Amino acid sequence: MSSQTEDSFARLPGTVPGGRTARQLAARLAADIADGWCVNIGIGKPTVIADVVDPSREIIFHSENGIIGVGPFAEDSAQDDDLINASKGFITIVSGAAFVHHTDSFALIRGGHLDLAVMGAFQVAENGDFANWNIPGTKIPAVGGAMDLANGVKRVWIMMDLFDRAGVSKLCERCSYPLTARGVVQRVYTDLAIFEVSTDGFIVRELVEGLSLEELQRHVPVKIRLEGSV
Amino acid sequence: MIEKQVPNLADAIDGIRSGATILVSGFGEAGSPVELLEALLDTDVKELTIVANNAGSGNRGLASLLREGRVRKIICSYPRSKGSVWFERRYLANEVALEVVPQGTLSERIRAAGAGIGGFFTTTGIGTDLAAGKETRMIEGREYLLEMPLFGDVALIKAQRADRWGNLVYHAAGRNYGPTMAAAAALTVAQVNEIVPLGSIDPETVVTPGILVDRVIKITAAKT
Repeated sequence: MSSQTEDSFARLPGTVPGGRTARQLAARLAADIADGWCVNIGIGKPTVIADVVDPSREIIFHSENGIIGVGPFAEDSAQDDDLINASKGFITIVSGAAFVHHTDSFALIRGGHLDLAVMGAFQVAENGDFANWNIPGTKIPAVGGAMDLANGVKRVWIMMDLFDRAGVSKLCERCSYPLTARGVVQRVYTDLAIFEVSTDGFIVRELVEGLSLEELQRHVPVKIRLEGSV
Repeated sequence: MIEKQVPNLADAIDGIRSGATILVSGFGEAGSPVELLEALLDTDVKELTIVANNAGSGNRGLASLLREGRVRKIICSYPRSKGSVWFERRYLANEVALEVVPQGTLSERIRAAGAGIGGFFTTTGIGTDLAAGKETRMIEGREYLLEMPLFGDVALIKAQRADRWGNLVYHAAGRNYGPTMAAAAALTVAQVNEIVPLGSIDPETVVTPGILVDRVIKITAAKT
């Protein structure tokens, strides 16, 4: 799992000393999840959320492969080949956990029984569209459970770096990559800022220390604003 | 007397023919019937269509069938896994065809096949490239896609425990596609870690009833 948890997030070139790490961002996101919610954590960085969440919280984490009640990552000595998350990393389960088979797991998703799904993305548009399964030119397309989650659960939050490895903003006016779903994203948690998707585009909910809205806007090719401003 | 236990892997896979569509359980390696898949290498079956969540990784199980050129097509949700070296090699050389299906749709299409459902409408995939060519319908104000059942000639699955009637109990998330696939194929073969006397599995805990399982093989050698 270390390769997923130790990725350094992209930085805004030459401006901010450092954004949130994946673990810091996961903890920040977890703070916004209500007790009692059942939350799907998708492949990649979102799987870290179950590892950093305060164990006194009663949030029920769902993994698409039939686990309701995902706990922290498993220590090397406690790994079970049949206890893995969406990223195929070894995990534990919490007291009160349940297993279901795959079709039931996706019936929970499609039937609207999950309160939230947290997924990664390549692009998020200001109309709530997002793309996270196939970049044009990719050798092998792979969709996994993303489209089922995007259309089935009550809320979709994206957890990602704000900029890709080439320094290009993942927030955009309209997605140029093949869509995962239309108009479903409600919030975007990134290393540098947290955004809400409103009917009038992206609203900035939080900026990391030392970063101004004006500075960020210079690097993001879509209008971002504070609530109440135009 | 009903006796589904077979004595060896050759008997377990007997009758599987070239060109068959095989449903293969597993999410990554969890719940994957590695030994049954590898037993196919001792036969001459080829031109297989594989239905699975992933496209194999490393060198074992599904990956070994790809390595040996036995697979014609893979229908799966997530072929781009770490270590899917043999799939990647065969696919990029145009030696294997790929159909990517959203994971819940894949699972539900298999369920439909096993449950006598002639298709179903889902919102999954609406507005995406994967909706191309599919019938849509407005239901209760939302747009849905028609998805069709996906049958197997054979299902190869893995469970933890069985009795001679083929009742199955799984281990943790190794359960994944097993119960759904068991119902959707003409021939269902389960590899298990343990076979227990009839009556010793509590009926309240049976996950897959034996009427869906044709053969059971106990795997003794540990996976390496």
